[in-house]
Amino acid sequence: MNRPARFPFASRLLHWVMAALILAMLFIGIAMAASLTDYHRLVTIHEPLGLLILVLAAVRVINRLLAPPPPLPAAMPRPMRLAAHGSHLLLYLLMVALPLVGWAMLSAAGYPILLLGTVELPPILAPDAGLYALLRSAHTVLALLLFATFLGHLAAALAHALLFRDGVFSSMAGFGGRRAAAARRIRPRASA
Amino acid sequence: MKPRSSTPSPAPSNPYRLSSLRRRGAPLALAGIALAVAAVVACFAYAGGWLSPDRLTQAKVMAAFDAANGVHPGFRRNHAKGLCIAGSFDSNGAGERLSSAAVFQPGRTPVVGRFALAGGQPFAGDATGTVRSMALSFRPAGGGEWRTGMNDIPVFPFRGAAAFTDQLVASRPDPATGKPDPARLQAFVASHPETAAALALIKARSVTSGFADDSYNSLDAFRFVDAQGRATPVRWSMVAAGPVVAATPAEASPDDPNFLFDAMIRRVAEGPVQWHLVVTLGQPGDPTDDATLPWPAGRERLDLGTLTIDRVEAEAAGNCRDINFDPLVLPPGIAPTDDPLLSARSAAYARSFTLRAGEPKQPSAVQLQASGKGS
Repeated sequence: MNRPARFPFASRLLHWVMAALILAMLFIGIAMAASLTDYHRLVTIHEPLGLLILVLAAVRVINRLLAPPPPLPAAMPRPMRLAAHGSHLLLYLLMVALPLVGWAMLSAAGYPILLLGTVELPPILAPDAGLYALLRSAHTVLALLLFATFLGHLAAALAHALLFRDGVFSSMAGFGGRRAAAARRIRPRASA
Repeated sequence: MKPRSSTPSPAPSNPYRLSSLRRRGAPLALAGIALAVAAVVACFAYAGGWLSPDRLTQAKVMAAFDAANGVHPGFRRNHAKGLCIAGSFDSNGAGERLSSAAVFQPGRTPVVGRFALAGGQPFAGDATGTVRSMALSFRPAGGGEWRTGMNDIPVFPFRGAAAFTDQLVASRPDPATGKPDPARLQAFVASHPETAAALALIKARSVTSGFADDSYNSLDAFRFVDAQGRATPVRWSMVAAGPVVAATPAEASPDDPNFLFDAMIRRVAEGPVQWHLVVTLGQPGDPTDDATLPWPAGRERLDLGTLTIDRVEAEAAGNCRDINFDPLVLPPGIAPTDDPLLSARSAAYARSFTLRAGEPKQPSAVQLQASGKGS
């Protein structure tokens, strides 16, 4: 079967940098919502990190339009393709929506948004405590949805790598030179 | 499956078929995937505190407040009974050498705030001995908002969130009497010598006649940071500018459950009330991480300007009711110290704010018309 080409370098770099940032963000967020003594320390990381993810997500959307991903293996069945495209669309929507909802929620709460103790972010909503409560809940629900989608993404990536062995995983995971990629390609499979 | 024109040669076996799961190694791969996902979920659950039932969380602190005070939707979990205030701060510029905060440049900054009584019962009757608080939000025109919540006690009775919550749990009403069990409270104090020492200082304080002639202290230490990045440990106070009258038991008027707030409302109707922002400069070795300990007497104190309160308002939508006076809403030029209580206060205030913001509201016990002569 044909093996998909690798993602362009910029796409792979963006993917892995954002994967690390978003995963860290999810853990910081869930820890922050429970913690007392570490709360402030975590908040001061969470807020600028959220803005960084928003900016990177915008860069990533533009990059995807300029450099589309390689096509999925032709043999992949339709439901699996739909799941792949749907989950990726959801990931993109959430990585843009979560920082925006966070920003809107802090604005509605009337908090000044001071990043790294120096840069003040302007509010994007007028203060409204009731709206804040709604947005705060939405932030949690969307974050849990992002975590669930990430788990699906992780399971699917590992399935491509370990079960299907169809080159989809290495199209994103590979950072070695072409020779290394070629070597992986001709390596005999266990029972294929 | 349907062969596709783009496929040069058909795969020896289709890896997407269920039958491929019978392949040797496939069950192991599936188990590996399940294990990886489960490990991530477990780490997430750990970070969220679900695997550590003994860890003190924001939710547990809120539950302790509810158990001690009852549930009062729409109100702050602590300092529940309050009155909105507004006015301005006139900086004399003396703070500029210590902090680059906009609020300390010479000139006037608008201020909104709130007077409150400690405790989580919004309809409790006023009592002279109850701890009084002044919360302020300084709002310079160009940004750099500063919020502070101060109390009229010299030190804070608890070192951190754990002690605070343990005390709340100990003060939970006994179902038999409906009142806190004195034995449990005594046991708490006995096991917390820093609380016992702080309570002695708190008990020895002079109690004034009301909100207007009282002075309020930051309790926690902060750091003033100047334009060059030099930091000075500080504690600040709002010191009453007018004459101070000691409280007398006669002032407790049982016929007006809001007599302290109503006196403040009447006082502002007569004219503005002023306080001096006095900052105490810490020396090396002064504790910055323990609000139960006073700093030694004789530390340098600087008057940075005058707070003038000329308006009062009952709590309502959009005014001080909807402000979280988080002590860590700090402008550039003021920074937290290593005091663990600061982060815990910030977390608890934020959770309390989130809860009440989403709850139905009812009017505060403190209303301007109820005082007879509202402003």
